[in-house]
Parts: sequence; C-alpha cells; structure tokens
Amino acid sequence: MSVNALYDYKFEPKDKVENFNGMQLLYVYWPDHLLFCAPFALLVQPDMTFGDLVETIIKPATAAHPDAAKADFLNAEWLLNDEPFTPRADASLKDNRIDHKSMLTVTTPGLNGIANVGY
Amino acid sequence: MAVKNKKLNLKDKYQYLTRDMAWEPSYQKKEDIFPDEQFEGIKITDWSQWEDPFRLTMDAYWKYQAEKEKKLYAIFDAFAQNNGHQNISDARYVNALKLFLTGVSPLEHAAFQGYAKVGRQFSGAGARVACQMQAIDELRHSQTQQHAMSHYNKHFNGLHDAAYMHDRVWFLSVPKSFFDDARSAGPFEFLTAISFSFEYVLTNLLFVPFMSGAAYNGDMATVTFGFSAQSDEARHMTLGLEVIKFILEQHEDNVPIVQRWIDKWFWRGFRLLSLVSMMMDYMLPNKVMSWAEAWEVYYEQNGGALFKDLERYGIRPPKYQDVANDAKHHLSHQLWTTFYQYSQATNFHTWIPEKEEMDWMSEKYPETFDKYYRPRYEYLAKEAAAGRRFYNNTLPQLCQVCQVPTLFTEMGAPTKLSHRQLVHEGERYHFCSEACCDIFKDEPEKYVQAWLPVHQIYQGNCEGADVETVVQKYYHINIGEDNFEYIGSPDHKHWLSIKGQKPADQSKDAA
Repeated sequence: MSVNALYDYKFEPKDKVENFNGMQLLYVYWPDHLLFCAPFALLVQPDMTFGDLVETIIKPATAAHPDAAKADFLNAEWLLNDEPFTPRADASLKDNRIDHKSMLTVTTPGLNGIANVGY
Repeated sequence: MAVKNKKLNLKDKYQYLTRDMAWEPSYQKKEDIFPDEQFEGIKITDWSQWEDPFRLTMDAYWKYQAEKEKKLYAIFDAFAQNNGHQNISDARYVNALKLFLTGVSPLEHAAFQGYAKVGRQFSGAGARVACQMQAIDELRHSQTQQHAMSHYNKHFNGLHDAAYMHDRVWFLSVPKSFFDDARSAGPFEFLTAISFSFEYVLTNLLFVPFMSGAAYNGDMATVTFGFSAQSDEARHMTLGLEVIKFILEQHEDNVPIVQRWIDKWFWRGFRLLSLVSMMMDYMLPNKVMSWAEAWEVYYEQNGGALFKDLERYGIRPPKYQDVANDAKHHLSHQLWTTFYQYSQATNFHTWIPEKEEMDWMSEKYPETFDKYYRPRYEYLAKEAAAGRRFYNNTLPQLCQVCQVPTLFTEMGAPTKLSHRQLVHEGERYHFCSEACCDIFKDEPEKYVQAWLPVHQIYQGNCEGADVETVVQKYYHINIGEDNFEYIGSPDHKHWLSIKGQKPADQSKDAA
C-alpha cells in the first residue's frame, strides 16, 4: 500500500549508505544472549575482512557476557539477513555480500546464556 | 414587551455558542475552506448528526478551568513551601517524574498543536468546538505538569531541560515519533489515533497508575495535578468514543479505513506504553498494581467490552491484541533491563530492584519472573558487587516504526526476539515485530524518513562520534549527575542526607 496524502508524498530514505561517510551499518544478533537487549547496531568499513569484524568489533561488543570467552564465532552458525551463510574470514564484508543495513545472526551451539534462559 | 428570559437557558446558549457559529459559505467553495476533510476517504453525509460530547460552552469552560487552576496552584505553593519533596517514599520515585516530564509532558503540548490544527479542519461546527476545547486542555496539562514538577528540579538532577531532550534523546524519539506520526496524518486519522485509540482505549493505563503511583509515593503536587486533569480526561474519552461512532455511522465505506487505523494506533500506543510498564513495576518504590494487572483491567476487560460494543459496526478488536496480551507477562522486565544497560545515556537513574520488590514481582508474575527475569538481576547484582556494574557499550538496533530498540520477544517464545526485516525500493528496514512491519508496509513513504537516533549518531549529526560527547553536548545530560546507576548517584547521596542517613553499603555505593 501507499500513504494517502494531499500531495505527491515522496521523501528520500534517511539512512541511505551515502549518508554514512564511506561506512555502512551492520546489525549483529547473538541469540540466547539477551544480556544485550537488542541486536548491536555497528558502524563498519565495507572493505574490512570478516575476520577483522569478529576480532575487532564483535568480540569487544560481546566481551561482557560470560559466554563470550567460550564462543568460537568464526566457526559458529551464521545467518545473513535470515538466510544460511558461510562467512569467508579473509574476504571483505562487501565480498561476503554483506551490504548496508544487513543483519548477521550468529548462533553458538551449547551456549545458552546465563542461567540457561537465553540471557 | 417584557423579556421573559433575560438569561438564555443552557440549550439555547449551547446552540448560539457552538452550532450557530457555523454558516453555509456563499462565495467560497466548502472544500476550499476545509481542504483536508476529503483526502483520507472518510465519507461524512450529515455533520448535524454529530452528538456534542462535552455539552459545554466556552464561557462555562473558562469559569470551571479557572477555579481548578486557582486550587491547583495554591497546593503547588504549599508543597514548595513545606519542602514536599522530602516526604516522598524514596528518591528513586523522582526518576518516574524525570521520564514523565521528558516523555509525556511534551506530548501534551503536541496534542495541543494537533487538536488546534484539526479543530480548524472539520466543516462540522460541533467537532470543531470540541477539538478547540481539547486543544486548550492539552496546553493546560502541559503547563501544569511542568509547574507540578518544577519544584523537584530544585532538588534532583535530570529535570532541567525536558523539552530540549524530547527532541534529541534516543528513547524520547519513541514518544516524539508517535505524536509526529499522528499529527502528520489527516484529521480523521488524528482523532482515531489520539482521541479514540489513545485517550479512550489506552489512557487509563497511563494516568491511573501514574496518579495513584504519585499518591502511593507521597507526591502531593502530582496527585493534585491528576485531580485537576481528571474531569478534562473524562471529556476527552467521551470525545474519543463519539468520534468513532460518528464516523462509523456516517458511511459503511468508512469501516475498513477506521479498522486499519485502530489496528495501527492500538499497536503504536501499546509500544509507547511499554515505557509506562517499567515505570509501574520498577520506578515506583511503593507499588500500586502490576503492569499485568493494569493491562487486564484497563485493556482486556474494558477494551474487551468496548470492542464487543463496536462489533455491530463491523469493527473487530485490534489485529495484534493477542500479542499485546501475551506480552503483559514480560514487558516491564524486558524494558527495565534495557534501560539498566543504557543508563549512561538517560536523564534518569536505574537500579537493581530490592529483595522485597523482586518477591513482589514473583508474586505478580508467577509464570515468568522467577524463570526468566530474576536470574538476570541476580547476575547483574553479582557483577555490580564485584565493581563491574553492567553497561552495554554498543548501540542497539532500533525499530524503523516505533523506534524502540528491537528488544521484544515472540509470543510464546520469550527468549527469541520478534525481529522482522524487509527490503523496500532497494533499502533494508528492520522492525521489532510483525505489527510494526505491517504498519511500515501500509505507508512506507512515511517511515523511510524516520529520524532514528542511533543512525543519526553514526551519520555524525549529533555533535560527536562517541557516546559521551553525544550525551553531554547533544542531549544536555550532565554526566555523573543525571545518568548512570542510582546507588551512589548525587540524587541518592542527597536523599540520604535529607533522611539523615549514611550510605548503608559502601561497596554498593562504589558500584
């Protein structure tokens, strides 16, 4: 459907990639770890490698959780925008087809959060 | 000839001062005078069928309101002179006022603007007068709330710049965008959104707990404001019901349009009220009732009866009410742990509930609290005691529609986020729920331009790239005074000195 308006109602999306000064947005969701209330919203360089993303961004973001030290993120189960996804650690985000405002979901089997209730 | 009636009777006076103010235009076309009345597709065949809900004329209105104001301000003065803030239950309570003043009072002002606008847009005089009076009410509420709380600003932090914060702070974009959405709609949608869905269906969930909460916690200034607003609120609710019945009775083509608006605005209102859920369960040291109980009484029972009544017009209950009903067992706990972890960026404090409070929650939430939420607080308390009070240092994903972090969980699966996403004209969008995603799909042009605080920070539009600069410079939140943990905060220390106590637990104080 479309908005019902008095005039031709058309506006630019506010979060187009060109508004992020060469960077892009990436969301990362770690299910069963709701200590972090929502998926992380991250500002990342499109040409950084996936391995660097895990090492320099995801690991520090998740470090406060006691499961983080046990998590093997690189070999975990990944979804990219809800589709199964096998990341290539040495390829860039762009070459991994991770585009602006994509969401990664990373499941770490055996790690069920604090008190085993997904926290 | 002797004049029989020197004074007009009420009925005549009403006729002269409302309906008689309208006339049939002769040198301008009606649709040019009221250009906003048609485009939403609502068909009004006969405005004279409008039943005036208020039965109040302007002269009587001024008289009543002036009397109420006089009493109200006398009590505010007495409250200030007697240092009324020292008699509240606990200084943690003031954090509810901080949330109210930055989140709700500016909405009263937005409502004033909204009603002033739609009060110009209807060709029916009865509707115009009703909207005009409500506009003045809303302006009064905005002002009296600020006056009621201004005394607290002299003694506690975080209350110093509410209107400025409302336009900028991340979580305040939730209430702000709610009203911006309504005010940028047509006049009939505005009334369905605010008069019906919010004022009639949901407002008791805001006002009853807030005003009783003030009474239970010794805040006489806010209680008095509540009494002063009560008769206005009763009128607003009457208008809400009249609006919906009038539109539905005018033409059967109006039914599907109104149904879509009810689905949308019930959900938007429910998401907005998630802030109230945590206020009720966590921010009131003396608790009135739980959010789940309030939801049962004010929505499931009262709303159930209302929608049964509307059935004869072909209206069904809001599409996602089952999700909202299920969420009553989780909402406040999910919200409070969210604000707990982002307290570095709020103008109020958060804390771990005390033992008696947690026992109260176990009793009020027997299915969920001990299983899902008590373990959270036990963990957080342990971390705080070890000097590692938890803050989330990474910004959260926000919902494109309601702008709350995408923290809500699936119905029946309370550890799984109910996140949704879609691609629209080549851009990806993310949502907290199926319902918000639906709202986007109906009017994508409206929500693609949403000013999402997290994305704005990342675009460099908030005076800095790091949270500290944004919080201090862009939000005007004073770091170390307004934000962070309650225990050990200046407010906490100040309260202890008022009560002649020293911090009970030094290790907690250091957290």
